[in-house]
Amino acid sequence: MSWLLRPLTEQARALRSGEVTSAGLIEEALRRIAHLDGRVGAFLRLTPDTARAAAAAADQRRARDGAAAPDLCGIPVGVKDVLCVEGVETTAGSRILRGFVPPYTATAVRRLTEAGAVLVGHCNCDEFAMGSSTENSAHRVTHNPHGLDRVPGGSSGGSAAAVAAGLVTCSLGTDTGGSIRQPAALCGVVGFKPTYGRVSRYGLIAFASSLDQVGPFTRTVGDCALVYRAIAGHDPRDATSSRRDVEDPLPGLAGGVEGLRLGVPREYVEAGLEEGVRRAFEAACDRLAAQGARLEPVSIPSTRFALAAYYVIAPAEASSNLARMDGLRFGPGAPAAATVREAYDRARHDGFGPEVRRRIMLGTYALSSGYYDAYYRRAQQVRTLVAADLARVFEEVDAILAPTSPTVAFPIGSRVADPLAMYQSDVLTVPFSLAGVPAISVPIDQADGLPVGLQVAAPAFADARCLRVAAALEAVQGVAEPPPLARERVA
Amino acid sequence: MTQAPAPTALALALERWEPVIGLEVHAQLRTRSKMFCGCRADYVGLAPNHNTCPTCLGLPGALPVANLEAIRQTVLTGLALQSRIAEHSKFDRKNYFYPDLPKGYQISQFDLPLCVGGWLEFDVAGAQRAARITRVHLEEDAGKLVHAGEIHHAGFSFVDLNRAGVPLMEIVGEPDLRSPTEARAYLVALRQLLLYLGVNDGNMEEGSLRCDANISLRPRGADTLGVRTEVKNLNSFRILQRALEHEVVRQAAALEAGRPLAPETRGWSEAEAATVSQRSKEEADDYRYFPDPDLPPIRLGRDEVEALRARLPELPRARALRLRQMHGLSDAEARALTERPGEALYFEQVVAAGAPAALAAGWQLNELAGLCQRAHRTVETSGLAPDQLARLLVLVGARTVSGATAKALLAEAIETGQDPARLVDERGLRQLSDEEQLTDQVDRAIAAAPRAAQDFQAGNDRALSALVGAVMAATGGRADARRVDALLRRRLPREGGG
Repeated sequence: MSWLLRPLTEQARALRSGEVTSAGLIEEALRRIAHLDGRVGAFLRLTPDTARAAAAAADQRRARDGAAAPDLCGIPVGVKDVLCVEGVETTAGSRILRGFVPPYTATAVRRLTEAGAVLVGHCNCDEFAMGSSTENSAHRVTHNPHGLDRVPGGSSGGSAAAVAAGLVTCSLGTDTGGSIRQPAALCGVVGFKPTYGRVSRYGLIAFASSLDQVGPFTRTVGDCALVYRAIAGHDPRDATSSRRDVEDPLPGLAGGVEGLRLGVPREYVEAGLEEGVRRAFEAACDRLAAQGARLEPVSIPSTRFALAAYYVIAPAEASSNLARMDGLRFGPGAPAAATVREAYDRARHDGFGPEVRRRIMLGTYALSSGYYDAYYRRAQQVRTLVAADLARVFEEVDAILAPTSPTVAFPIGSRVADPLAMYQSDVLTVPFSLAGVPAISVPIDQADGLPVGLQVAAPAFADARCLRVAAALEAVQGVAEPPPLARERVA
Repeated sequence: MTQAPAPTALALALERWEPVIGLEVHAQLRTRSKMFCGCRADYVGLAPNHNTCPTCLGLPGALPVANLEAIRQTVLTGLALQSRIAEHSKFDRKNYFYPDLPKGYQISQFDLPLCVGGWLEFDVAGAQRAARITRVHLEEDAGKLVHAGEIHHAGFSFVDLNRAGVPLMEIVGEPDLRSPTEARAYLVALRQLLLYLGVNDGNMEEGSLRCDANISLRPRGADTLGVRTEVKNLNSFRILQRALEHEVVRQAAALEAGRPLAPETRGWSEAEAATVSQRSKEEADDYRYFPDPDLPPIRLGRDEVEALRARLPELPRARALRLRQMHGLSDAEARALTERPGEALYFEQVVAAGAPAALAAGWQLNELAGLCQRAHRTVETSGLAPDQLARLLVLVGARTVSGATAKALLAEAIETGQDPARLVDERGLRQLSDEEQLTDQVDRAIAAAPRAAQDFQAGNDRALSALVGAVMAATGGRADARRVDALLRRRLPREGGG
């Protein structure tokens, strides 16, 4: 089996023992991408030359530092196209940023490369992270490695698919309303949205600043804890990043769930879940109960308003965040325009795709004078309610369990014409985003041959607890199998 | 084109109509770095777009981090204006598109400004007045556009973002001002206050202090409010007053002719010596303000505010009072010396170095100020240290140096940077006060011009001046002219003991 289908922890052991080199891992990643990514479409652009140079440097560092080298040293990683990498075109999956080469690297990415991780390229995503299927990318369609006619989820679909297909060991995505957890569930990998403020947003091309959070995609929960630990922590460049110490998730990771109170929100199970998803979720809950967890039904009444509030707040912030995409300083712009007004109109009309334009209009409307109170202010009130509901529930239970997505991966093209159906994909992930609490999706089973994920949410800054519960689940059911495509022999 | 209003037209308009004026003043804060990034706040003289970074260029992914010193300077200003300092404040985004605004929004403060209420005291024609302050808030400055030609016909424009993100404090005044003269006095006092606080350099020419005015007229005796005009970019005291005077005449003419005024934004045109319409305010701007999610709310603890209160310097009015009481200065002198904090500080340093206060005030305001003005300098940058001036004034006070000599030396010191008191010794310029020497010189002068002596004794006063001049010439100006005068009179007694 390819090294890239094994956990990061195993790769790190092999790198440490000299069984493999980073140069070898990177060549393998590039070979696998060459062989598989024509069908998957996880990557938008590759940086093989800098990757090879970084791998050589990582091998030297391992030779010099030995066991002291970080686990991530020499590991191939991919990053979502919304994370800026100095000197490398970064487009947020949009035409409007074509040719934009940031003069700086996102803090989360920089922390990975400082640990020695090797950037292989940028992963596809929905334009400006707006979407739940990666079909809104201006560049290409990404296919689910578990079923190429299926979407990988979104918006971080490329990052999820890249790990699922074993093109890289791990990747970074971003989660605004579920954009890490939902594609992780649909692609059968682990995806973690840490507490808001835990990972710096500096260098992340913003969608909705009060919700955006960077997080990892990995094959195992242990790997996830490693990557999380590397990227978490205060950043003076992000005023919303927390100064609290980061709790190391690794020491308690194998702590199990015995005696933990795990809440199962009534509203989530009652939501329109696919039968296969429901069965898989209940079976996973039973396994945790068998491990000694106390499962308790809980109620989050504001859940039913959360999605509506999210689809006011996120577009409102986006309408403002995306105003800087005016074509004057970067991007293709509209050089033939006769007036400033025309330059704006043309650059933005031609540069943004339909979903982004729709959300900018929604958000602009929601913030307009005369509508602000009815929409934006009301949505913020709902957000406060959701957070209060969750805080109350977290007084009774240690963590919350929920399905990640009401459905398995849906066919490509099936929801494109129906934005509301697409928005429904986020119904189970959005409440935790609004509250800013950590939530992780772990693969639990398959339904109709497609992966199902379970979400574990914990109180703000109890990121380690999230990972611990997820690890317990993974321990009892085993690490999810890679899809058949990923197990093809690669020349 | 409207002609500049004749004073009579203004006087007539003011007889019938009462102006209601409120000023909005923007002051760039004197911080080291910009409001939300590490670029320099002092951008003057730098090559275009060389004082920028991803944050102030508004590049995707770059984030703002608030400059705490800018918040402190704003609170300090609020304290000096007796404002209420908000415990909870926040930054909001003001959304609009313009090429000098790289993010497509300006980070400003909407409904929770740092400082609310307060007042500013100022003097108009010797009387003390006060105007209420609405609020003081903090925002970021925009960049600058340089048009290739006149704005509406330019083929292209350049964008310079060196200024983008410089901390800008907006001080919004209540419409409490009742004449263009009052508006000017208000702005003078506000600028003086900001200089004292050290939060702004007061440079209206370069735009680090900018002023917009709202003005409407109402019939004298009425308490209703008329339709108001906003006049923008009034960037000197003179322009502020002239533009408002022009508005008074223009609005009065319209009202008297029964032409309804429309709310609009106007600007001052120096070429036309008139305010000209810029845009109508019929359709209200919708800036879609909302709290900036990139910046956490600002919480100011009582301790922090009290620490800032302790940082408040002595303010101009208090200082003027103290100068009068401590140093016995006149009201006019005290006011003139406290116009700028540097001026007052210099005066006190001169006095502390031993100069008599009355002498110091007179010399600083009359002699030194004039010399500095001609040299385009201030007392602080004159090159003359306060103790140097003090030593010279001690010599003047003791009549060791004549006033004329001291004046000449002062001029030379400003020009060459030399120490004037040292020049006195180097050149032997101490006044001849030795009685015997002076008497000797007086006798020689009489002997050399017996005719003049006779004339004087015969009643011709001018003849004495000639003799004094002769003594002064003979002593190279070092003789004390008044004593020479006295000695001559003693030597040349007139009939009847006159």
